[in-house]
Amino acid sequence: MPMPKLLKRPTPAAPNEPAPLSPVEAATEAGLTVVDWIDERTQVSQGLRWMMFRKVPKGINWAYTLGSATMFAFLNQAVTGVFLAMYYRPSVTGGAYESIRNINDNVFLGQFVHGMHKWGASVMIILIFLHMGRVFFFGAYKYPRELTWIIGVVLLILTLAMGFTGYLLPFDQRSYWATIVGVNINNTAPFLGPYIGDFLRGGPEFGATTLSRFYAIHMMLIPGLMAALIGFHLYLVMKLGISAPPWLRAKEPEAVREVVEV
Amino acid sequence: MNQAEKEQYLREYALLKNEGKPFFPYAVAKDSIMAVFVMIVIMLLSLLFGAELGPKVNPTTTTYVPRPDWYFFFLFEVLRVMRNVPKFTPMATIGIPTLCMIGLFLLPLYDRSPERLITRRPLALASGLATIACIAFLTFSGANTGSPNQVNLPVPAGLNKAQRAVFMAGEVIVGESGCEGCHELGSNGNNGPGPPLTHIGSRRAAAAIAQTLKNPTAPMPSFANLAKTSPKKFAELVQFLSDLK
Ligand code: HEC
Ligand code: HEM
Repeated sequence: MPMPKLLKRPTPAAPNEPAPLSPVEAATEAGLTVVDWIDERTQVSQGLRWMMFRKVPKGINWAYTLGSATMFAFLNQAVTGVFLAMYYRPSVTGGAYESIRNINDNVFLGQFVHGMHKWGASVMIILIFLHMGRVFFFGAYKYPRELTWIIGVVLLILTLAMGFTGYLLPFDQRSYWATIVGVNINNTAPFLGPYIGDFLRGGPEFGATTLSRFYAIHMMLIPGLMAALIGFHLYLVMKLGISAPPWLRAKEPEAVREVVEV
Repeated sequence: MNQAEKEQYLREYALLKNEGKPFFPYAVAKDSIMAVFVMIVIMLLSLLFGAELGPKVNPTTTTYVPRPDWYFFFLFEVLRVMRNVPKFTPMATIGIPTLCMIGLFLLPLYDRSPERLITRRPLALASGLATIACIAFLTFSGANTGSPNQVNLPVPAGLNKAQRAVFMAGEVIVGESGCEGCHELGSNGNNGPGPPLTHIGSRRAAAAIAQTLKNPTAPMPSFANLAKTSPKKFAELVQFLSDLK
């Protein structure tokens, strides 16, 4: 006997078959899964969210972009430098000069990349001085940001050292003679001078080892140090917060006064 | 800053930060626009000026004017100016830049006043502007002076080929060794504190010159070290000087 209609449980409507994913959606889905997988293990998104959505004080203006602009110029140097290193030969006899000639004349976009590296250096120097000027005139090096400043000065010295060591590498007349004079200036320094001079030259004479030494310093030692120090510099900037423009005064919020009265 | 001032600052800063905007997208947007601008400037400079290469290295000439990149002009200029004050030469050439660097390095440790607004920090304002003016001036005058190690003397007549080679080598060593900080050589170098060396060969014998180089009267620095580490160079230097008749 058939059940009375009333007692029959309503059959649930067949669930809609999910529409097959379009390739784009499938790719997005897969990407999200990978990101989730990594995030579950590294918990990086928490930090990222904190970093991106932390507040910066009122009144931040264009002068505050100079630090990140300096970093951007540094990245430009790193990337173009890698491409130059693919073609450069740090050999006095085997053609440091000729390999740069080759980059300029034959390699696809070679002169353009070489030029970006060369002019990028000047741009970076200008930006780093402007950034330092901003920090100085805004009093942003004061408590609690003293260490940020001190690391900054080390970065400044390293940036200048990059300019100095890089200048020799094309091994043309100008770079050679400027470097000789530069090393000799170092030599006259009190106490450490002669040792620095010997270290840079790789001996008492300016010779074949000098070039490879400059090359190693220019493309491994200093960039590595700088990358690490920039990381630390930025960590401090985020941890302490970017300073507010010195002309701003905070409004005392009502809440604070009430609490005090109670 | 004492403890109270520190706390006052942190409190004020926390309030200002609270009134602020999130880093993303506000600061990120400005930073990105700036980054694009920097990139365009670098590319334009590269396209306009390229990266031209000078003549290949030739360590046997000294007529080439060494030019550092423009951002070292001020250092070279300090060196050049300081060479005229020989009493301080060794200290001054790198000592002054080093002192400036240390001063910059320690700035937050000796400037501890809580005031941050530049118009209320007259000393900081004055020294900041003075530093900028100094560097600008030194860069400008550094860009307009000749090199500190150029030697431009004619090879004396009557030398054979080997003697000529020694003369050229000696010329290079004089250029490298910074003699021109204190001596005039032809149309190059500073006139004083040392006597001009343009005709030193007619005044002194080679042995006497070697003696002076190894054992000079102050303020001239001793080059005995060169004689020890590189006797050949030293001999070439002495020969070059005694050829200057
Ligand atoms: C710091 C400055 C200084 C530097 C650098 C210097 N000299 Fe001298 N030199 C002097 C002075 C000052 C005298 C004069 C000493 C005296 O009165 O006895 C002198 C004297 C001499 C004399 C003797 C001149 C004479 O008429 O008897 C010779 C030669 C000489 N220098 C060569 C050189 C050479 C070569 C170099 C580079 C390798 C050099 N000097 C670097 C300051 C310098
Ligand atoms: C490779 C070079 C450098 C890089 C990449 C760099 C990067 C940055 C960045 C991105 C910031 C964030 C705020 C801003 O952009 O103004 C910053 C802040 C700061 N920098 Fe640098 N910087 C460099 C060199 C220097 C130098 C030479 C100094 C000073 C001697 C310095 C001192 C500071 C200080 C004190 C702050 C904190 C400022 C504030 O909180 O308002 N930095 N830096």
